[in-house]
Amino acid sequence: MFYREAGDFKTSYKDDNQTFPIRLDRMGYYIVMFVAFCVVPFFVNDYWVNSVFAPFLIYAIAALGLNILTGYAGQVSLGTGGFMAVGAYAVYKLMVAFPDVSIVIHVLLAGGITAVVGVLFGLPSLRIKGFYLAVATLAAQFFLVWVFNKVPWFYNYSASGQINAPERSVFGVIVTGPNTEAWAKYMICLVFVVVLAWVARNLTRGMMGRKWMGIRDMDIAAEIIGVNPLMAKLTAFAVSSFFVGVAGALFFAVYLGAAEAGESFGIAKSFLILFMIIIGGLGSIFGSFAGAAFMVLLPVLLKNVLVGGLGWPTDLAAHLEFMVVGGLIVIFLILEPHGLAQLWRLTKEKLRLWPFPH
Amino acid sequence: MPEQLLFAIEVTLNGLMAGVLYALVALGFVLIFKASGIFNYAQGVMALFAALTLVGIQQGQVPFSHLINAIFGTHIHHFPWQVPSIIAIILAAGVMVFFAWLVEKYILQHLIGQPDIILFMATIGLAYFMEGFGDMMWGSEIKTLDVGLPQGLNVAIDETTYGWFGYGFFIDNLDLVATLVAIVLVTVLVIFSQYTKQGRALRAVADDHSAALSVGISLRFIWVLVWSIAGFVALVAGIMWGAKSGVQFSLSLIALKALPVLMLGGFTSIPGAIIGGLIIGVGEQLFEFAIGPMVGGATQNWFAYVLALVFLIFRPQGLFGEKIIERV
Repeated sequence: MFYREAGDFKTSYKDDNQTFPIRLDRMGYYIVMFVAFCVVPFFVNDYWVNSVFAPFLIYAIAALGLNILTGYAGQVSLGTGGFMAVGAYAVYKLMVAFPDVSIVIHVLLAGGITAVVGVLFGLPSLRIKGFYLAVATLAAQFFLVWVFNKVPWFYNYSASGQINAPERSVFGVIVTGPNTEAWAKYMICLVFVVVLAWVARNLTRGMMGRKWMGIRDMDIAAEIIGVNPLMAKLTAFAVSSFFVGVAGALFFAVYLGAAEAGESFGIAKSFLILFMIIIGGLGSIFGSFAGAAFMVLLPVLLKNVLVGGLGWPTDLAAHLEFMVVGGLIVIFLILEPHGLAQLWRLTKEKLRLWPFPH
Repeated sequence: MPEQLLFAIEVTLNGLMAGVLYALVALGFVLIFKASGIFNYAQGVMALFAALTLVGIQQGQVPFSHLINAIFGTHIHHFPWQVPSIIAIILAAGVMVFFAWLVEKYILQHLIGQPDIILFMATIGLAYFMEGFGDMMWGSEIKTLDVGLPQGLNVAIDETTYGWFGYGFFIDNLDLVATLVAIVLVTVLVIFSQYTKQGRALRAVADDHSAALSVGISLRFIWVLVWSIAGFVALVAGIMWGAKSGVQFSLSLIALKALPVLMLGGFTSIPGAIIGGLIIGVGEQLFEFAIGPMVGGATQNWFAYVLALVFLIFRPQGLFGEKIIERV
């Protein structure tokens, strides 16, 4: 009754093409933005930022990136962890080499470097398709992690082989290093997420996004109607890697503070982010967020219930978590291959008619 | 003969043996891929699960004992008996067949007609599930698997080669056994698929699902059959790898080793899996031997992938894969 287009008159093409065409959606979006920027920062503490908000926001960026590549352009990648490592090590080298430049620029540059690496590993996608490509991206995963472990230059010859984020600040507020306040961590991640989500949304509904989707649906047909597969695939790899690189940079610099390639950016990370976009919904911006939220919250919830509530040993809870995650993936693929985003869409469809049947 | 060359020959031989073990895992992939077009990522975890089950049955572990203990506060862990290896192997094979049936009934059935990539992701989910399930059922500590396979240095080869070249080759007995088992397994599989009724049905399904259905072949039965065979191959691979390095989580990572083997050999070819395995096994050992020390070692982690990647750029369907024909 309340959630409908009726009465919301569009008088220009611009209005007609907006992201949230229904007034209630727009209001919801503004409310979420208001709460995220003006309410949450005043109430978050270390526990909430470190176990929920920071991982959620950072994984959301990574999921957006992988969703662009896999969901929109149809190129399955299992190398996300490796590309995150590129972002992390790039930002580390930049932070150490140019201490006077703003961290924000470093993070963006790290994304750019990752984009270049991504394009390099994306080149075979012109010849290799489907499973073969998925497996080929594993080459990126293993090779990159190995390089970061074996070439001491990347971790500045530190004895432990780890990289540690030095302290940097934005507008006088410390955002990296051990002395960071919880809200500062949260805010810097939030700003990146909002800006990148806006970029992703507008890229995917523009010409570029349409080309990607053409390639995804059938590359030969797309080629015949004038999409250049070389450009489409490589831009998808570049944009996706940029997002993933930014996520990796934030993951290391803001969230972890110290990282080691094999441990923090292993194959498990690639699968985690792949699961996020499957559960959230392939080819959907909202889905990237929903999937990231789901995969971040599920372990926290299970741990609290099983270890905290029922007193199970932690290893048993970890096994159950594996079972639940695996089971959910299968169930989602069977019941709703388009993920949480599709469920959300169906709910909205229902809401538009409610309480009337037609 | 110069020392270096002898070293290289020894490394090559060991690479061949390792390659056989990779090929064993890759074989399971190929079987399922051929029959159902599913790229079964869970193959490695199936090997782990099979090996865990085998050890569990053999040593008379109580399934889910950790869970039961955690919920009811009891302290049970083992039954008072031990099961002979051969019976335990048969029982474990039975479990794998039952598992194949469950997978067909509860997963594959519901995913018929979905795009291949969705099926692939479903098997990743299955792999995660089984990983948790196996640990939950049998516990996650490292177990030793002993079904009476010979292990350690093969003295005969060592002495003979010492007599010939003045340098004894180190060849593990277990690797020799694995090679023999792999040869037998492949022969049996080839005979099965060429000369039996079920084998012919299997090849028909691999050729064309709908055509096979229309001549009265039960797809469901074939899928259960092929997953059972893959489960059996996983069990064999699990025994070999488990005897070599203990039954533990890292066993499931052999699936990742088998993937480049598949890419190299082609997803659809059984001989491809064997030859791909041998090439990767030898290649990564020789590369580590020759180039590894220059770049810091541990190149085995990625060499296989990069080799396969470079190879695929020139031949996208792998060595023996069917030519990929695309139509609009």
